[in-house]
Amino acid sequence: MPPMTFHSLLVRNPEDALTKTPLEAPGFFVDLNLDQIIDAITAGKQEYGLKPFFYTPLQNVDGITYRHEIFHDLEERTLFENLKSFGHTMRAMRDQLAQTNKLHYQYQKERWFLEAVETYGTAVNSLVRDLSLAELNSRGLLAFRQFLTNYANSEHFSSLQSETERLFADLSSVKYCLRIKDLAIKVGKYESEMDYTASVEDTFSKFKQGAVKDYRVKFSEDPEMNHVEAGVLDLVAKLYPEVFSSLDRYYVRNGNYLNETIARFDREIQFYLAYLEHVAIFRRAGLKFCYPEMCVDHKEVYDYEGFDLALAHKLLGGRSSVVCNDFSLKEPERIFVVTGPNQGGKTTFARTFGQLHYLASIGCPVPGRQAQLFLADRVFTHFEKEEDLNNLRGKLHDDLLRIHDMLSQATGNSILILNEILTSTTLQDALFLSKRIMDQICHLGALCVWVTFIDELASFGEQTVSMVSTVALDDPTVRTFKIMRRPADGLSYAIAIAEKYRVTYDRLKERMGS
Amino acid sequence: MKAFLMFRDRDFDLQGKLPWNEAALTQDLELTILFNAMALGDKFLFEGAKRAVLSGVKNDLDTILYRQRILQDCLKNPSVVRELYTIAVEAIESERKNHWGFFSRYPSSILSGAIDVLQMFVGVLKRLKKIADEQSGNFDSEGFSTFFTMLKRELGDAYFASVEDHLRELKFREGVLVSAELGKGNRGIKYVLRKAHERRESWIARIFAKSLPAYTFAIGERDESGARALSELRDRGIHLAANALAQSADHILSFFHMLRAELGFYVGCLNLHGQLTQQGELTTFPVPAAPGERRHAFRGLYDVCLALKLGRRVVGNDGDAGRKELVIITGANQGGKSTFLRSIGLSQLMMQCGMFASAEEFSANVCDGLFTHYKREEDTAMKSGKFDEELSRMSGIVDNITSNPLLLLNESFAATNEREGSEIAKQIICALLESRAKVFFVTHMYECAHGFAESRRENALFLRAERQSDGGRTFKLSEGKPLKTSYGEDLYGTVFGANR
Repeated sequence: MPPMTFHSLLVRNPEDALTKTPLEAPGFFVDLNLDQIIDAITAGKQEYGLKPFFYTPLQNVDGITYRHEIFHDLEERTLFENLKSFGHTMRAMRDQLAQTNKLHYQYQKERWFLEAVETYGTAVNSLVRDLSLAELNSRGLLAFRQFLTNYANSEHFSSLQSETERLFADLSSVKYCLRIKDLAIKVGKYESEMDYTASVEDTFSKFKQGAVKDYRVKFSEDPEMNHVEAGVLDLVAKLYPEVFSSLDRYYVRNGNYLNETIARFDREIQFYLAYLEHVAIFRRAGLKFCYPEMCVDHKEVYDYEGFDLALAHKLLGGRSSVVCNDFSLKEPERIFVVTGPNQGGKTTFARTFGQLHYLASIGCPVPGRQAQLFLADRVFTHFEKEEDLNNLRGKLHDDLLRIHDMLSQATGNSILILNEILTSTTLQDALFLSKRIMDQICHLGALCVWVTFIDELASFGEQTVSMVSTVALDDPTVRTFKIMRRPADGLSYAIAIAEKYRVTYDRLKERMGS
Repeated sequence: MKAFLMFRDRDFDLQGKLPWNEAALTQDLELTILFNAMALGDKFLFEGAKRAVLSGVKNDLDTILYRQRILQDCLKNPSVVRELYTIAVEAIESERKNHWGFFSRYPSSILSGAIDVLQMFVGVLKRLKKIADEQSGNFDSEGFSTFFTMLKRELGDAYFASVEDHLRELKFREGVLVSAELGKGNRGIKYVLRKAHERRESWIARIFAKSLPAYTFAIGERDESGARALSELRDRGIHLAANALAQSADHILSFFHMLRAELGFYVGCLNLHGQLTQQGELTTFPVPAAPGERRHAFRGLYDVCLALKLGRRVVGNDGDAGRKELVIITGANQGGKSTFLRSIGLSQLMMQCGMFASAEEFSANVCDGLFTHYKREEDTAMKSGKFDEELSRMSGIVDNITSNPLLLLNESFAATNEREGSEIAKQIICALLESRAKVFFVTHMYECAHGFAESRRENALFLRAERQSDGGRTFKLSEGKPLKTSYGEDLYGTVFGANR
């Protein structure tokens, strides 16, 4: 018999275990809107604590391939749905256990516990059947199926199941009657007394007509009994002593019924299910996802028909369409310099580049038809921050400190995303400083996206590639949100935007009526 | 009975609308720091301070002077003012402890709650009257004179005596005399309908009459139905009286609420004044000019929020814009430009709500709208780019523009390149000035500042953040035309080391 062990769906080697998973998102999450993406993916799945999985990039290409294989298996719809329903059943089991722990009266606790174990049995049996019917190719799921089959056939599991079924049958055979008079309640066994409510309803049913006001009161649905109900239950237990003493024993004996590996599988599979569910939203809208080729020894990265996953989610929510963009680098290119009209999708392009690389590094499929991406050691971002009174150092000084900090930590294998930095100084200063910084980034050889209004950077050297946000040919106020590879043209269309908001001199004179 | 300590002829509206740009003003001028200093941790004082300060832009000259004189009285008699405030707070707090009676479904509870509250109120009103009798001679302002005179007039001894008579009477020590008629909607119908319940009981009783194995337990003694029926009749009798009495209690309560709200503003001013004095900062009662005039002159004007934040004296600025309507502030980064701009906005708001200003001397015309336009962080909703967002906000300001507005622009229009930003700034500022706006503009856009220096020499004041010869900043502004460079190069040297 093969060994009854299985490690993890998320990492191939036990040594790579996600033991030191961070609870906080990396610093660049907010800038890249990855926080929004991960929030959307994990929404409604808080109980699994999935976020740390998304905060931990993988260290090597094989780790990424391990996850790609599992994703591929799960792209098969039947298996995907079956695993989802496994998750639902396990969730129901946890709810039942929570009741057990919340409740006060012993027989109530024990009954909820029995329900939980029964649900667990159902979950395991369905999973065994579903996985045996599935065509699996991933190392992760194949190993887990082997483990699960052994577990389900074990003596321990089958005796747990038969004991559970027997108790259920016994409890459902219990029937009793109450007699409440003055301040006393009498409890006895059920003796086939007739249903009086039914006979009352039957007697008066001939008068029924039309809708009437509802005089029924709402009873508390709180699962917690009051002390009177509990007192009654204690008396019922006296009437059926054998059944209740075996329930007592069952509760004490089976406290650790839940298999640890299955519990971990239940959590880890959610990483994949959650991501694929999110992907499905975009695929329904005709957008593409692909499994990127990962490179480590060169930087010829590309992605075709990529998009900003956070923005796209928002746009689809508002029934707007999503614009896709391409990028590609050939040796010795390293740096995208993005210029052009504001509001034209420059920041979105920068975010997309960062998002794609990050999502690829945690082994997920990424937006795009086809992609080759670089497995970076670190991602750094620098987006403009709001000025506040706590920072008396001044904005420009702060900007420079942050950039210095970033450049001293970055290596040639890092990715840098700079968005409209150095805006709080003169054009002259910005130009001087930008060139100095660009020098350093070129020297580093790191991949970089730099959104700027300084056209001069776009033609800085052989490492820089000029990308430009574009407008509609027939109307300069209409943005296409296409970012094209072409020389910077120095037009920013500011006046067109001022016209749009009616804040040019002429419009203002009209509006203020003077 | 009205307090009339905020307006000569009307109540201070705690519910009224705040300026549409309340959030922007609060954020840009760091107003929360000011409110906290006034409130000293008291939630109610915070709300009142916020409301008084932010709604100040709608005050006329007369109201400002009316409050200034009241505040001068307060500074002269701080302990009396704080005592008046405490009395109002105590009245409200004691009432709240009694309040459960008013939510009762039973008139008897409502009535006895109202009696308790009114007895307590009578005690409080007597204390107010006593202060009016003893202290009114120490107050000079019109506002306090009117207030004390009103208390003396309304709260005579004979009045208190008649109130106490009623309260004693309503306790019904000799029982309630009730007359009643039978109405249509009687509850007996339901009992009739519950005949079925009685039938079921007898049926169950029949079942259990057989001797079967069974267990019994009993619960504690409890029969309330008889007592309830009796007190219901009593409640019908006292219903209207209870209503009238509870309403009276509410009227008096609302007087205390108003008194607390209006005094609360002055207590907030006292709190703020105390902290600033302790830090060695000076304050002055500003000299407001009519909205149609143009004046902005100050000496030792400092950013009150920065001073509060640092807990020590901060650098003040001097300036006199005379009748000029445009002030352009340029110069070194971290040289005190933003701080100065904030001090302009804060002093205007302080003046307009009737407070002292954070300066040695301050005089300015009253404005009827204060607008801030500060550079903001990239919109995380991703709907618009930065420049777009800036112009959209500017458009929002124009939608709400008033006839004598004051605008504070901090690095506005810098989200595009300098050449275009300058052009847009020129167009907007020119149009604003031509419709009588006063504009303070902090900018590092040389093109723009220089352009105004050339074209509007006569109607603009230029201030510059200074830099000392050793490269250090003084944080003090002085009059001066824009210079053609900022100081990025030496910052680069500091941060990256001179050789890189």
